[in-house]
Amino acid sequence: MSAPSPARRDPPLLVAALIILAVGYLGLVVFLPLLTVFIEALRKGIEAYFSGINQSEVWSAIKLTLIVAGVAVPLNTVFGLAAAWTVTRFDFWGKNLLVTIIDLPFSISPVISGLIYVLLYGANGWFGPQLQEMGIQVIFNITGIILATTLVTLPFVARELIPLMQAQGSDEEAAATTLGANGWRTFFLITLPNIKWALMYGVLLCTARAMGEFGAVSVVSGKIRGFTATMPLQVEILYNEYNFVAAFAVASLLALFALITLAVKTVLEARFADELAAQRWR
Amino acid sequence: MTAVVRPRRFVEPSALPGFGPALGFTMVYLSFFLLLPLAALVLRPWEHGFGHVWSVITERRTLDALKLSFGAAFLAACLNAVFGTIVAWVLVRYDFPGKRLLDAFVDLPFALPTAVAGIALATIYAPTGMIGALLDPYHIQIAYTPLGVMVALVFVGFPFVVRAIQPVLEDLHVEVEEAAATLGASRLRTIALVVFPAILPALLTGFSLSMARAVGEYGSVIFIAGNIQNVSEIAPLLIIMHLEEFDYAGAAAIGLVMLLISAVTLFALNGVQALVARRGLR
Repeated sequence: MSAPSPARRDPPLLVAALIILAVGYLGLVVFLPLLTVFIEALRKGIEAYFSGINQSEVWSAIKLTLIVAGVAVPLNTVFGLAAAWTVTRFDFWGKNLLVTIIDLPFSISPVISGLIYVLLYGANGWFGPQLQEMGIQVIFNITGIILATTLVTLPFVARELIPLMQAQGSDEEAAATTLGANGWRTFFLITLPNIKWALMYGVLLCTARAMGEFGAVSVVSGKIRGFTATMPLQVEILYNEYNFVAAFAVASLLALFALITLAVKTVLEARFADELAAQRWR
Repeated sequence: MTAVVRPRRFVEPSALPGFGPALGFTMVYLSFFLLLPLAALVLRPWEHGFGHVWSVITERRTLDALKLSFGAAFLAACLNAVFGTIVAWVLVRYDFPGKRLLDAFVDLPFALPTAVAGIALATIYAPTGMIGALLDPYHIQIAYTPLGVMVALVFVGFPFVVRAIQPVLEDLHVEVEEAAATLGASRLRTIALVVFPAILPALLTGFSLSMARAVGEYGSVIFIAGNIQNVSEIAPLLIIMHLEEFDYAGAAAIGLVMLLISAVTLFALNGVQALVARRGLR
């Protein structure tokens, strides 16, 4: 930072006080909880830590979380690309409404996101009984967890791509099409290279949320141990059983993943600022 | 050829292909994951008649939970508005070691799964915890009280205000403050009458995002709240309880009311923000 203009020079004492206040608040609100996760996980030593993680239930929770994210994230990536292509490459009636609807899941409580699927597919749901007769169970099953997770993370890729593709405009793609390239060729050779970092950014945030989602998933999962408990739900199960070391050990894996996400996000922002649309992250 | 009066088109002509399939996919996807489930939320509360909805909503327990969810979210957003502004100011205006790390960690509440934050906060603020033990001699209890709910909501809402104000502060031209100083305004007067009005719209945006997020929050709250009926029980938890009793209409009624109050609050805040922004232009 270059020397600030004299008009912006604040009294050194005030500067020091404000920095201490800001660092203190961040420390109390953000660092302390993070630190606590690792302190509590390692409270009884490294062996207890690993034996907390190395249980068949925990492994199936990890597997389930990866499967759910592995379905929800690609789904929302394809959706994000299709939605962004529709909204930024064409002018049509109701476009603004469509953009508002795409953002809607961010304004809905996670618990409500889970609730609305129970209203459809639960035992008393609109379609629940019929599906049950056909032998299909959605709620208290992995299908319901995937549905709820997909809804909660639906906007992430789309809202990263839309402002960027809007700003880039469609001149290059129009040129390619005019020269005879078909739609897919244009998309893969022109569009995708232009948006790759933003796409990666959106996928990153989407994955982080998909793996950590708790409220929506806890409504539809039924928390059947070793079967429908994702990692965050496994944390809750262990914590409620006063098995604190194991709960925090599993939590520490999620916290580590969150730290990696933050690191990659920071690097992407620093290196490709021009190729990312500044996005609010929820 | 006869002259044709061109009707208003649904879509403007474009050189690019793929409008139909992309819009079709987007609409089907949104309908399946979002619109159909939301329709259930709007329609299902009424299936046992208006009387049932009214009795669920006006139940003492529901009213207390709604009051707590919205009240604690409001107070948490106020706290974050004050400290978020200070943190944004310090990050933009001052230089100190560790600043970039601090900046990156502002987003941690977005990245850390809520259940992980929840058990960490419950541990810190429990009477035996790091901070709880400090306050215990003074008979101040945070965990298992409404205060605990607020602490959790401060955590989840923290990044919004900082991230809303930061870009505005960065774009604020130094000339504005220099002009004020040249014209004889004290530093404090400049900040109060020049800088603050410029960041106020962004501050309000951050405030409403922070509050909207906090109202529906579940994972980080339930561990520290203790969930005592009429005291520290949040509205999303009541939804889950009604679901567990298979009272789908009751659960949907509470969900619908939460969404409606949130929508009205956001609408009002947007109105205030528009008013403030217009004032700023004069």
